Amino acid sequence: MQRSDYLIRKIGFAFATLVVVIVFNFFLFRILPGDPVRMIVHSPRMTREAQEKIEANFGLDKPVWIDKEALTRGDIPGAFDTQFTAYVRNLLRGDLGISFSTRRDVSELLAERAWRTVVLVGLGEVLAIVFGILLGLIAAWRRGSRLDTGILLAGLFTWAMPTFFFGIILIIIFRGRLPVGGMVTPGLKPEDGLEYWLDVGKHLILPTMTLTILYASEYLLIMRSSVVEVLSEDYILTAKAKGLSTIRTFRDHALKNSMLPMITVIALTLGYTVGGAIQVETVFSWPGIGRLMYEAVQKRDYPVLQGTFLLLAVSVIAANLLADLLYAVLDPRVKPE
Amino acid sequence: MQRFKQVWGVFRKKPMAIVGVVMLSIAVFVAVFAPWLAPYDPYERVEIEIEDILAPPDPEHLLGRDDAGKDVLSLLIYGARISLVVGFTASFFSMFIGTTVGLTAGYFGGRIGNGLMRFTDFLMVIPDLPLMLVIISVWGRGLWKIVLVISLLYWTYTARLVRSQVLSTKERQFVLRARALGASNWRNILRHILPMVVPLIIAQAVLDISASIIAESSLSFLGLGDPTLVSWGMMLNFAFERAISRMAWWFFLPPGFAIVWVSLSIILIGNALEEIVNPRLKTHHLFDPRRMVSLSPTPKEQQPTEPVLETN
Repeated sequence: MQRSDYLIRKIGFAFATLVVVIVFNFFLFRILPGDPVRMIVHSPRMTREAQEKIEANFGLDKPVWIDKEALTRGDIPGAFDTQFTAYVRNLLRGDLGISFSTRRDVSELLAERAWRTVVLVGLGEVLAIVFGILLGLIAAWRRGSRLDTGILLAGLFTWAMPTFFFGIILIIIFRGRLPVGGMVTPGLKPEDGLEYWLDVGKHLILPTMTLTILYASEYLLIMRSSVVEVLSEDYILTAKAKGLSTIRTFRDHALKNSMLPMITVIALTLGYTVGGAIQVETVFSWPGIGRLMYEAVQKRDYPVLQGTFLLLAVSVIAANLLADLLYAVLDPRVKPE
Repeated sequence: MQRFKQVWGVFRKKPMAIVGVVMLSIAVFVAVFAPWLAPYDPYERVEIEIEDILAPPDPEHLLGRDDAGKDVLSLLIYGARISLVVGFTASFFSMFIGTTVGLTAGYFGGRIGNGLMRFTDFLMVIPDLPLMLVIISVWGRGLWKIVLVISLLYWTYTARLVRSQVLSTKERQFVLRARALGASNWRNILRHILPMVVPLIIAQAVLDISASIIAESSLSFLGLGDPTLVSWGMMLNFAFERAISRMAWWFFLPPGFAIVWVSLSIILIGNALEEIVNPRLKTHHLFDPRRMVSLSPTPKEQQPTEPVLETN
């Protein structure tokens, strides 16, 4: 396969996915029985002016999808003057609406919190990949030994555990020794410099640990079976037959070939990663996007819910695209022209 | 049938699989006989004193009481029903959807097949927990809504698995021969292709049960469980919101470990099944990993010479 064809296909898919997500996000919040915007508009506690303002804001006086009447009149621009185009236009301007509960711009809320989630998930993910690959290699190398069984059982046990419950257990174990909630000890401010950041680091330990252990268990199981699968290939037998040492067999033949499926798997589990972040941030009150989503669910704050979902979906789509591009560079079967 | 006997023959020689079956049987037994096993009815209104709230375990309430003065053990026993019902039904539906999509895409291929696979890829990219959160909070809370949402999102792996298996099976001699003899598509799929794919589907469906149980508990923990039922996830939600500061371990440890118990039992069974039915996980009979290990600390004088052939 030519690399440029491959890239165009992957970018096209990511773009199409993005479009579908935006359309879905628009319709879900308008068509399902509990249509939130309409519920607010018909709230008897609002004045008539406020209702009209919201209606105009969301374009509720316009048709939802396409103005069929205008279309039959041949008025093409008029046909597309609808709620959906208003939504897309606002989206492109970065306007995600106003939070029901805090009265602040959703995009502002997201921007304020995004980096905290990026730090937490990024750290957890990187550590999990490193540990997952190492443990998976060791388990596959000593396949059938007691060490392998131990690693496998630990992996299966953590795999069976819901993320939030693992977080709760860590809270019970480390209560009093490490901070178990929030991002920083109340009272400290960013102006305090080093002391502030050290404190944030301490608050990061438990949430990161939760994510690392849980993701690593997933990766180690996949890495193990991937290496075991590669070890059954004929070229490994050849490598062994020609007298290569175990270490060289693993390093030069097994590792490289089992890493490619790992990249795909890591990309595929990114969606799951994001779900884990919501739970961990909820349990440890880490004020990131996940916690914001949890609070939005509790308060039925639909604009925030819509915004966080969009941001999470877009990040996962982008990360997947990145993994695909990385794959193109690493896999020699995707030819560079 | 022959194949199932074979699978069972290998299966029962795996200790981990047997442990899984025993653990799951216990959970199913508890769920089925909940009204007889539970000391109290958790859905009954109770009159309580202030000291009954989060009361620690005593002989009358073996796992203490929750924040509403109810017996935790009884809640736990009834909770098994919800987890198992959600797990089994959601995984059954997703197995059904996944198999249909995979068979159609694999057997017929073409534009429809491609379209179906693009849609599958699309669903795989969307993060599922956020999507479930959004759908349930807009649509409203309810057990069957949760089951439906999980089954509509969790069929993608099955679909891919079935498709790739069908693609290789449909080129095999006996299928081609059947087709040459004029067998209809339906007959071909039902008689020749499906039996080859079924073991793989079942192994995947078993693993999906545990994924569905964990998904339900996460949704309930995040406050989107069915408000009329008390599931393990919801117990953990109450416990986390109201009892963690008082360290009422009898309230939050049992439901958590109950979830782990059930999903671990299913994972053990599913993993063993997968190892048996997935031919790619078998190693070459000449490759003995233990020999590789014992070779590594080779004494200096016996070090193998550099290979003459450098194959790459």
